Amino acid sequence: MSLFLIAALPFLGAVFPALLIRAGRNASASAAGLTTLLAFVGLMLHAPAVLRGDVIQAQFDWLPGLGLNANFFLDGLGFLFASLILGIGLLIILYARFYLSREDPMGNFYTYLLLFQGAMVGIVTSDNILLLLIFWELTSLSSFLLIGFWKHLPEGRQGARMALTVTGAGGLAMIGGMLILGNIAGSYDLTVILSSKEAIQASPLYLPALILILIGAFTKSAQFPFHFWLPHAMAAPTPVSAYLHSATMVKAGLFLLARLWPVLAGTPEWFYIVATTGLITMVLGAIIALFKDDLKALLAFSTVSHLGLITMLLGFGTKFAAVAAVFHIINHATFKAALFMSAGIVDHEAHTRDIKRLGGLRHLMPITFAIATVAALSMAGIPPFNGFLSKEMMLEETVHTAWGGSAYLVPGLALIGALFSAAYSFRYIVHVFLGPKRSDYPAKPHDPGVGMWLAPAFLVGLVILIGLFSAKIVGPLVATAAGAVIGGEKLPYYSLKLWHGFTPALYMSIVAVAGGAVLLMLHKPLARMWDNAPRPEAKVIFEALIAALTRLARTITDGLHNGAMPRYAAIMIAFTVALSFYAYQSGTLAAPTRTLQDVGLIPILGWASLLIATGFMVAMHRNRLLALVLIGVVGLVVSMGFNYLSAPDLALTQISVEVVTIILMLLALNFMPKETPIESSAGARLRDISIASVAGLGVGGLIYALMTRDFIGETISGFHLENSYKGGGGTNVVNVILVDFRGFDTFGEIIVLGIAALVIFALTEAVLGTRVRAYLLNRKPDLPQAGDSHPMMMVVATRVMMPLALMVAAYIFFRGHNLPGGGFIAGLIAAIAIIMQYMASGFAWATERQRYPYHAIIGSGVLIAAATGLGSWFSGTPFLTSAFGYIHWAPLEEFEWATAALFDLGVFLAVVGAVLLALESLSRFAWQPGANTDHAMDINPARDDVAKTENEG
Amino acid sequence: MEILVASAVGVLTAAGIYLILRRRSFPVILGLSLLSYAVNVFLFATGRLMSGAPPILNKYEEVAYTDPLPQALVLTAIVISFGMTAVVVMIALGAFLSSRDDSINLSEDGTAAGDDA
Repeated sequence: MSLFLIAALPFLGAVFPALLIRAGRNASASAAGLTTLLAFVGLMLHAPAVLRGDVIQAQFDWLPGLGLNANFFLDGLGFLFASLILGIGLLIILYARFYLSREDPMGNFYTYLLLFQGAMVGIVTSDNILLLLIFWELTSLSSFLLIGFWKHLPEGRQGARMALTVTGAGGLAMIGGMLILGNIAGSYDLTVILSSKEAIQASPLYLPALILILIGAFTKSAQFPFHFWLPHAMAAPTPVSAYLHSATMVKAGLFLLARLWPVLAGTPEWFYIVATTGLITMVLGAIIALFKDDLKALLAFSTVSHLGLITMLLGFGTKFAAVAAVFHIINHATFKAALFMSAGIVDHEAHTRDIKRLGGLRHLMPITFAIATVAALSMAGIPPFNGFLSKEMMLEETVHTAWGGSAYLVPGLALIGALFSAAYSFRYIVHVFLGPKRSDYPAKPHDPGVGMWLAPAFLVGLVILIGLFSAKIVGPLVATAAGAVIGGEKLPYYSLKLWHGFTPALYMSIVAVAGGAVLLMLHKPLARMWDNAPRPEAKVIFEALIAALTRLARTITDGLHNGAMPRYAAIMIAFTVALSFYAYQSGTLAAPTRTLQDVGLIPILGWASLLIATGFMVAMHRNRLLALVLIGVVGLVVSMGFNYLSAPDLALTQISVEVVTIILMLLALNFMPKETPIESSAGARLRDISIASVAGLGVGGLIYALMTRDFIGETISGFHLENSYKGGGGTNVVNVILVDFRGFDTFGEIIVLGIAALVIFALTEAVLGTRVRAYLLNRKPDLPQAGDSHPMMMVVATRVMMPLALMVAAYIFFRGHNLPGGGFIAGLIAAIAIIMQYMASGFAWATERQRYPYHAIIGSGVLIAAATGLGSWFSGTPFLTSAFGYIHWAPLEEFEWATAALFDLGVFLAVVGAVLLALESLSRFAWQPGANTDHAMDINPARDDVAKTENEG
Repeated sequence: MEILVASAVGVLTAAGIYLILRRRSFPVILGLSLLSYAVNVFLFATGRLMSGAPPILNKYEEVAYTDPLPQALVLTAIVISFGMTAVVVMIALGAFLSSRDDSINLSEDGTAAGDDA
């Protein structure tokens, strides 16, 4: 099975549990299980090749420009983690089916679980660190959903938030570290990075990159001082804890340490940061775990401790330690997942996880007792279980490790860790299952159905088998995975067996077990001491920190954003002006190279009217109707200017857009106040005038400087002029650029225009759905209305003009390729022709005669343009390549056909639809019940009823 | 000619910005329209000015043409700025009808100033 498919399967399958929950909980769970099973089988098909030492690859260049490739690879390490994720995932799915109650939304649960699973598989199989980062963030997000699954519990929500904050912040740091790493190596592909150890360790940026990446890994793997989120995440349902916090998510950080071990490890920095953090975490976690009364909290801190152990081993940087780390990852996953599940069973059946309220369950829950005991003994490091083997290897390695010149520090602390580890493991057995039977359990505990104990029992079976026959069962896996960690170098000598002779590690183990038993006996007085000792409460510190950050952010935001929009605009403009002034000051301005164009009388007249209109408009803008008229004058002069300066297409477009815009604003003004009150003080106005004047001066000066100088280099306009006819078959270069050279841009533009029209439509719907509708229906116009709302002269004139206007539109459309015109302008003209009908004959009359909804016209325009573009694929050319030719039918003149015309038709339709939809939406505001008339004209000599009613009246 | 165009762009920009700094939605919309003119003419003028040389190819003789590329860009910009204006007008109208107030400032509690709702 392709690696793409293995990584994608959980994501694809995530849809089904949520859908199939309607068919029952079994269907939902089966869908999740089958998906996982399929991915697991697919993975196992690669097992022989991976264990042989092959690396399976699947590559796909996604965004090569960014160095982001969807490359996957599967080596021993990735295989080990992927099998843990998918294998334990399968067991969790089974367990959760029976653990979750009828009230829990199980479909959502499995969907979240599969999303998380997919993200995890993605992390361990990515061959590109950018891709890995994406999956990394996805695990943070999906685990947030899982931890906060019980939304009604405040602890669940708080725990989820804390986990997301801590791991998310770590992820942010890691992005920085990864980018530095990729920069040093010159590639974001892991395989390249892994082979550039010398370059990376020699780089001055090695230490920053290392620290940033370690922050990411440590937050994810709950290492000191970021360990505090993990116990709070225990508010999640137990299947989630068993999955995320034993086998997968918290191991993602370890995976990353192991993955980057070949390039990052081996330096003193690595040793002192990683090994020390691991050591502290291991000891601290183990001590706290002993004094936790909540079963899951105990397990959570023990997990913190064991993660610290593995981190420490990886931090040692020796090959033997790497082997031990890999081996302990396997062992910890098996016994810890089983322990979490057994804790879940106790909670499920006894309705409490408080150790103080438990005890004597041995008789009531014999199966659970057996499972929990084996797993806990393995955690304590008792032979013949698998935990003993890897703990032995760890102790062995600490004996050979000196820290800062001291040979006893590391083994001594490791021994303390092991001692407490044995103590809390024993406590888990003794205080929960042994002792006398009690009579005050919150519920009547008994063993659960087979569905719930099967998964932990299977894991416990593995615990025993790996312990007894480790070399046979996991030997090859450990060898390949460890080989991958140490970068394919020769593995050191090691043997996975129970009896190594009388080694220092054995004596340490004996001390740890005996000491653990003693500690447990002294638990009561010790716990009293612990409770009385002052210690920092992580949650309180964390919340105080977050509250302080929120306060800071709020102070800054509220200070900057006081709700005065003009102030924001003024600050932005002033800042832009200042920035431009700085650029002008610090740059050099070459001497003008172009001679000025001559000016005739007409341009001066146009210029003067533009200036006068603008000035008047600003001065009189409080009279809104007058301002609208004056802005029309400005638009008119601008379009004439375009025409004078050799841009006939622009002139045509500007003038038609002008008409539509003014109508639109008039419609809006109909409902708004006709006057703007004086609100700003003279001082404020003076300030605004000065900002505006300086900005205007700057922009004017800039364009003047541009216009009086030649281009620095060759522009691409020459290409367009040269190829417009040869390649595009049209002599109107502007139109050929729009529909051919830059057709893709135009395609985007008509989509944007269509979206704008749909937004207007949706806004209208939303506004008319509120109490505004009642207001509009009862509204009295604030200006006197014309007595004749549909004057006969206007109706007749627009009716006669309609075909003429449409003919002009058609003419403009067809000549567009060779002469000024084209789809945009033709569309605007056609739209104006139709708007005239609305204006003359009324909204109701026009709507009645409208056959196609404007949405459909926009849609068909976009589709036609798209289909034209796709059509070029059939001739094997890229999207939107145009074709053209000439036809000569006697007696007609020779004429040209071009696929670009079809594209232009799409533009035409989209423009017509968008303009009309916008204006139609706006005019719906004006509709009032009485306004509906059957007649297009108020007075019609040919109509009898008017005369009749008049006679009667 | 260049001086005329440059001064027109400057005046349009200044007028547009002044109106954008007003406190009611209608003048702000007018200001945006003026600014759109200014920006469009600015973009167009980056192709340098030339009169009597439209970029319509002449098949029969060699003549000079003005730069067609800024024209094509500005043409779509004009149409898109219509779309933008229409959306802004719609938002302003909806806001006015909902609160009977066309002030664009927010009051202390985050609603539109003078909102009686």
